[in-house]
Amino acid sequence: METLEQIKSRIETAVPGAKVEIIANDAPSAQRSLLVDCEHAVSVANFLRADAELKLDYNSNVTGVDWPAAELTEKIKVKKLVDGVEKEVEEVKKTQRPAYLEAVYHLYSMEKKHGPVILRLRTEDRGEKNHLPSLTPVWRGCEFQEREAFDLFGIVFDGHPDLRRILMWDGFKDFPMRKDYVEPDDYEYEPTPHDDVLEKAKKHQALAKPV
Amino acid sequence: MDEGLKSELQKQGVFTTTLEGIYNWGRQNSVWPLQFGLACCAIEMIAASMARYDLSRFGAEVFRPSPRQADLMIVAGTVTKKMAPQVVRLYNQMAEPKYVIAMGACAISGGPFKQGYNVLKGIDRYLPVDVHIPGCPPRPEALLHAFMTLQKKIADQELTGANRPRHLNPEAPSEFPVPQFGAHDLVPTHNPAVWKAPALTR
Repeated sequence: METLEQIKSRIETAVPGAKVEIIANDAPSAQRSLLVDCEHAVSVANFLRADAELKLDYNSNVTGVDWPAAELTEKIKVKKLVDGVEKEVEEVKKTQRPAYLEAVYHLYSMEKKHGPVILRLRTEDRGEKNHLPSLTPVWRGCEFQEREAFDLFGIVFDGHPDLRRILMWDGFKDFPMRKDYVEPDDYEYEPTPHDDVLEKAKKHQALAKPV
Repeated sequence: MDEGLKSELQKQGVFTTTLEGIYNWGRQNSVWPLQFGLACCAIEMIAASMARYDLSRFGAEVFRPSPRQADLMIVAGTVTKKMAPQVVRLYNQMAEPKYVIAMGACAISGGPFKQGYNVLKGIDRYLPVDVHIPGCPPRPEALLHAFMTLQKKIADQELTGANRPRHLNPEAPSEFPVPQFGAHDLVPTHNPAVWKAPALTR
């Protein structure tokens, strides 16, 4: 298969105006992915599917990722004049990451037997602007998995043929896989509580009336 | 009747019994389970009904696909919150006398999914469970043991008096409220008439 850089440049020539960015991965797998802008996502997907070289005809997985707003700290080495001598000094650079939701698609080719190529789509924020274009018209297999991402993360896929909740019931209001989800407090006695459950257990123990 | 007299009469070829005894004996050997499974425990339940473990030795091989014809509900598997109202509704549709076996860790307590958002922490929050079987999943032998426990329970039921079973007591409820889907959880989260949260004592 072509390298990600090659795929990126071919997308940019085939779909004019498409903004494609390669996202690095710090994990041991170092599996990088392509971040595509929402406006051109469907035409990029169509290109990846139809292209004779890639033929990415199979979408194996769609998932959501929740990124709450965070302050990122990064250590960078800067050359500075200290007492008239140029020295390398470590500086902490702080950047604000806005909150957004992400949909991740894993694409393979059944015909060429290669893959995966990973696509990422980002929403503008986690509130009102949580819309993404649906890729179900391109890969039919996305249908249920986009419904799952809608159900658990609250990503609204425009152009999806049947966007309903799939795991939780229709009247359910929350999005359980978001990081700020608070589950209903139906605590019951736990013999070996730990972490979050331990916190919950302590709270309930304090509330329990002494016998 | 005096036990000694009973055995003396038996030696002479005269068998005596009570109406209660023969009624319960008939019932305990013909318990028809409802044919439904919710998760992996159902596979063990199916195994228990097949030739190797042979549930039919206990008169329970007739798995009925309709709640109207079933006496026993084997809650075999994880009860998700989305599924719980349907399980309670099926129970309500069964005719008295009816019994419930909660099979496996999930059905009795939520099991490995206990701390999750989508799994009911035990079907005993909504239904009166007669026998709980732990295990993940319980082996078919465990289901057989639970079944024999249930048979013993049926055999020991008194037909009159304060301890008579629910189906002979017109005041006891035969149907239980079906929980509704709420905005964040099932409403109500449990039926206070059948379940209350265990108190912490340290």
